Amino acid sequence: MSSLELRQLRVRYGRFTAVDGVDLMVPDGGITGLVGGSGCGKSSLGRATVGLAPITGGQILVDGTPVAHRPRRGPVQLVFQSPYASLDPRMSIGAAVAEALPPSRWSPRPGATARARAAEAAHYLELVGLDPGRASLTPGELSGGQRQRVALARALAARPGVLVADEITSALDVSVQGAVLNLLRRLQRELRFSLLFISHDLAVVRYLADQVAVMDRGRLVEHGPADRVLHAPGHAVTASLLSCVPTLEENP
Amino acid sequence: MSYACRLRHALRTPVGLTALTGVLALALVALLGPVVLGPAAERVDTGAMLQGPGAAHPLGTDNLGRDIAARVVVATRLTLGLTLAATTIGVLGGLLLGVAPAVLGRRAGRGVTAFVGVLISFPGLLFVLFLATVFGVGATGAVLAVGLAMVPPGARLVQNLTASVAGSEYVAAARILGVGRLRMVTRHLLPNIAEPCLLFAAQAAAGTLVAFSGLSFLGLGVQAPSYDWGRLLGDQLDRLYLNPVAALAPGAAVVLTGVVFALVGEVFAQAGRPVRPPAGGAVAAPGPAPRPARPDGALLQVHDLRVTFPDGRRPVRGVSLSIGEGEAIGLVGESGSGKSLTAQAVAGLVPSPGLVEAGTLRFEGRDLLAERPRGTALAMVFQDPMASLNPALSVGRQLSEVVEVHERAARSAAWARAVDRLRAVRIPDAARRARQRPHSYSGGMRQRAVIGMGLMGTPRLIIADEPTTALDVTVQRQVLDLLGEVRRESGAALLLISHDLAIVAGVCDRVLVMYAGRIVEDLPVANLAGRAAHPYTRALIGAVPTLTTDRDRELATIPGRPPEPADAHPGCPFAARCAHADDRCRTDAPELVPHGTAARVACWHPLTPAAPGPGNPIPEVRDASTAQEATA
Amino acid sequence: MRKTPVPHDPADTRPAAAPAGATAGTPRAAATTARSGAETNPVDATPARPRRTAPGPWTVFALRRTGRLVVSLAALVTASFAMIHLIPGDPVRTALGPTADPALVEARRQALGLDRPVPQQFAHYLAELFQGRLGESIGAGLPVSDVIAARLPATLSLALPAFLVVVLAAVPGGMWAAVLTRDGRRRRGELAFGSVTGALAAVPEFLLAVALVACFAVAFPLFPVASRGGPDSYVLPVVALSVVPAAALARIVRVETLRVLGEEYMRTAYAKRLPARLRYLRHALPNLLASSLTVGGLTLMALLTGTVLVENVFAWPGLGTTIVQAITEKDYPMVQAVVLVYGAAALLITFAVDVAVAVADPRSTVRGS
Repeated sequence: MSSLELRQLRVRYGRFTAVDGVDLMVPDGGITGLVGGSGCGKSSLGRATVGLAPITGGQILVDGTPVAHRPRRGPVQLVFQSPYASLDPRMSIGAAVAEALPPSRWSPRPGATARARAAEAAHYLELVGLDPGRASLTPGELSGGQRQRVALARALAARPGVLVADEITSALDVSVQGAVLNLLRRLQRELRFSLLFISHDLAVVRYLADQVAVMDRGRLVEHGPADRVLHAPGHAVTASLLSCVPTLEENP
Repeated sequence: MSYACRLRHALRTPVGLTALTGVLALALVALLGPVVLGPAAERVDTGAMLQGPGAAHPLGTDNLGRDIAARVVVATRLTLGLTLAATTIGVLGGLLLGVAPAVLGRRAGRGVTAFVGVLISFPGLLFVLFLATVFGVGATGAVLAVGLAMVPPGARLVQNLTASVAGSEYVAAARILGVGRLRMVTRHLLPNIAEPCLLFAAQAAAGTLVAFSGLSFLGLGVQAPSYDWGRLLGDQLDRLYLNPVAALAPGAAVVLTGVVFALVGEVFAQAGRPVRPPAGGAVAAPGPAPRPARPDGALLQVHDLRVTFPDGRRPVRGVSLSIGEGEAIGLVGESGSGKSLTAQAVAGLVPSPGLVEAGTLRFEGRDLLAERPRGTALAMVFQDPMASLNPALSVGRQLSEVVEVHERAARSAAWARAVDRLRAVRIPDAARRARQRPHSYSGGMRQRAVIGMGLMGTPRLIIADEPTTALDVTVQRQVLDLLGEVRRESGAALLLISHDLAIVAGVCDRVLVMYAGRIVEDLPVANLAGRAAHPYTRALIGAVPTLTTDRDRELATIPGRPPEPADAHPGCPFAARCAHADDRCRTDAPELVPHGTAARVACWHPLTPAAPGPGNPIPEVRDASTAQEATA
Repeated sequence: MRKTPVPHDPADTRPAAAPAGATAGTPRAAATTARSGAETNPVDATPARPRRTAPGPWTVFALRRTGRLVVSLAALVTASFAMIHLIPGDPVRTALGPTADPALVEARRQALGLDRPVPQQFAHYLAELFQGRLGESIGAGLPVSDVIAARLPATLSLALPAFLVVVLAAVPGGMWAAVLTRDGRRRRGELAFGSVTGALAAVPEFLLAVALVACFAVAFPLFPVASRGGPDSYVLPVVALSVVPAAALARIVRVETLRVLGEEYMRTAYAKRLPARLRYLRHALPNLLASSLTVGGLTLMALLTGTVLVENVFAWPGLGTTIVQAITEKDYPMVQAVVLVYGAAALLITFAVDVAVAVADPRSTVRGS
């Protein structure tokens, strides 16, 4: 429902420049894939969009309006790579999702608000394919794929205009990865949020994204429609990444 | 299992029961002691001064004729009270100062951290003495001194704990959801640091008791006419030669109470630990049905390999495979399928409580259950190159020692060979790099160095356990290329373990697919694309998008989740998730039987006919909407 | 398999800082953490690219660590100076007692400079300190530095031998116990080791000292139990001082050894079919050094302050007896001076240990700075 635009974004950790002047546009309601080798700065870029990385220059605009560089409740939400680390082990999944809901208006009956929030949290759990009856479970009682669904529900509960998915399937097993990808695509089509999908896996990015951006050593080296970038790469880095994807077809 | 539940569990162990009994006994003595024995402890009896132990006075009397035994009992209340007061000061102060950096802003937080950093660099007793001087000699001063001296270590602990929690991704997630600082502390930080803090409080109580007794013993704590155990001990020290029991009794009380506190801490620690399985025998036991080695002279023969753990997990359940000279085999499966443990069992590296059994486990004709493989014939490459090299030794040393040990090579010759092998695995500037420790190598270079380590001798079989999982895609390709090259040049066989079919397909001749501890399919790599017979293999291929996957269709998914290594499943382990499963699948486990000319499959309903023919169309994996050929 | 020339390989030529946490968690999760470690963890990412103009990690470490030492020393000096002002009421009056002659009190106040403004006193205190003068004791009027010079050797002559005993007993003992009980072997041995060292570590030093005195004074008069004399007079104090830290250190060494034995590089060493001797001495021991050194420094610090109580039991003429006596007699300049000496010793020990750890384990230097 919103577009995300980065203008000359720069992220530095001490003396190490992780993101070096990146211009990137994630169009409204579209899926943009961001690929690159490890250490290329793609995760730093993702974290910077929600203020979790030290931004030393440039601007982040959502629908043309600059957003704060500090982590706060904003129109951009991030789903982290590891569902094992991104959920509070002591908090029930229902509470985790409810915490993400927008602050509710004051109600004369305190119980009513809490019940309404719980019902809404249950709705989001249902949306990602989890039984709302299991809202009282803690993350430790769920499998990796289920946890990633909770993380997705939590991010969506904050009603973001832009969702950033940072390697969300790389900690999951192969058989689970497909289900999470299907879910993400279905939700994006239903809810029409803009999606920045960060991954090292070109095949996954190709499957999801309309636009693909390629990063290398902190810089954006290529950006364009997915089909064009992945079939006729215009930059040596993209070509190298493509050649390194192991596939079943090219057997000896 | 929740913390409260584990705590209840820990309380039922012998340690827990002892701790509980000890706490109750202490509480009783502290409550009732002064009431019952108070008069006896205060009664001055000039007729019975400085007596030794006797019937009337079990521990003798002091210089005013007061009964020492009674005084030790009565002193319990004061000692415990002061200890608890000081502990409370210490723990609360530590919590406040420790959580402060998370609540205050960045700059104020840094100030607090630095302040605690300066405080912590002084020994605790020095603090106590300093504060005792400032507050003056006496009980109040001592409580403040001992309590405040406990603050810096407590604050440091809480700071470290909150820092690790505050750096966690779930706190980052809460921050981008706009959760406020106070709520962050109460909902996310405190619940996640509560357990170690409880443990610290118990240990702090034990430490406070000792410190306090020490102060009183030195005459800097409780002053007459009050008395605690330390004071009693100090008073009786001069008469140690005449009545040692009188001096040792309060000391024993301090030690016993300290032990009770330590036990309470142990209970908290136990409750905080995840439940550990009981250990069992670590020795490989002979399998039930030893089979004669097959006469085909395979390099590695495994028949009916099983790995079990004493807690009931059975991650490997009857694996049979054989690897010929120079052959490259891929072993593929999801996490928990038992693929890594299969490899570790072959290499004799199953972690301790695991029990390895096998009908046959032969390498180069020798029984691996009876002896370890000779010298350098078996080389291992592990998953995480960051962890598999010793950080304290130079890389060259770690390579050269292999031949020093196994071939009794001279040091210089071994070093020369190490440099040569590093060069062979394309480490740039190998002579210089060999002298460096692993931390100055990149991940890909480390993995190449580990491969080079395997090449130091004359490897017949290289077992590579997820060798590229921890590496970047581009580096992954280089390492895989290197493995293939090494295999061609050395003639060694390769067992490549991976979760990724595509990786295996690029390097291997044959693929074994594992599921729930069993091999479900054994097929030539050429058959992977479209001619896999087992529904699970098909689904694995279909679930992973490739560069040619149809973008308009949903990815194939496997419903449900893999069985746990402890689950019992009488039939086919995949039956619960399989679209083709029938009653037979659920009750009878299929054996791995030959399927066609080059493959084996463990399935009652293989998806390809044993002999492919025109009248046998390949069935779909699931219903038409989700099924697809990944490589169509 | 198709071979493609790779134009450049940024990730593969830079030195990678090992993600220390990569061993935790499930292997699959750990692997993915390690894979993206350079991106998600800024600390690991920092040394990822060579810095041209920046000082080397060693310089940064040395500057930082020396800075910390200086700050701590300054804090120590300030605290010891402030002590006399923190005491409620008039310290000289408190020290000399309520019956003392007001003229004498005033004279002492002037001698101590307490009648001057506080900043001026502090400047004077610092100036004196840099010339090695620590003031005069309130009661006797003796120069404090003379007393310290006389008493410090006695304390050191207890602490250093005790430290040697601790290290020589605890490090091999803890390692041996770990090797014997690794992977849950010999549960009984583990239990025995745990309970014996646990019980010993729970006994406070001064109680052990009292018990030793009781034992050897009453039952077996083999060793002298009071005051400093011939070599045999050292036996009991050193034993009293070293048993508790030795037990505690042995426990820690055992846990650390078990941790090292569980590391993947130990599995690599095992997979290389190295003999046990090489695996333990060459592969495990160096990795124990860093953590053992740190704990060893803390032990030495604990020994130093442990002397306070043990000296009092054995009537040992060291700093410990001096400070206790000074506190009871309210001889504040003396307390100030002894606190300074103990504090400075503790700071120097931790400084030396940190430098030693940095030399033994260069990774900690890089990570810490």
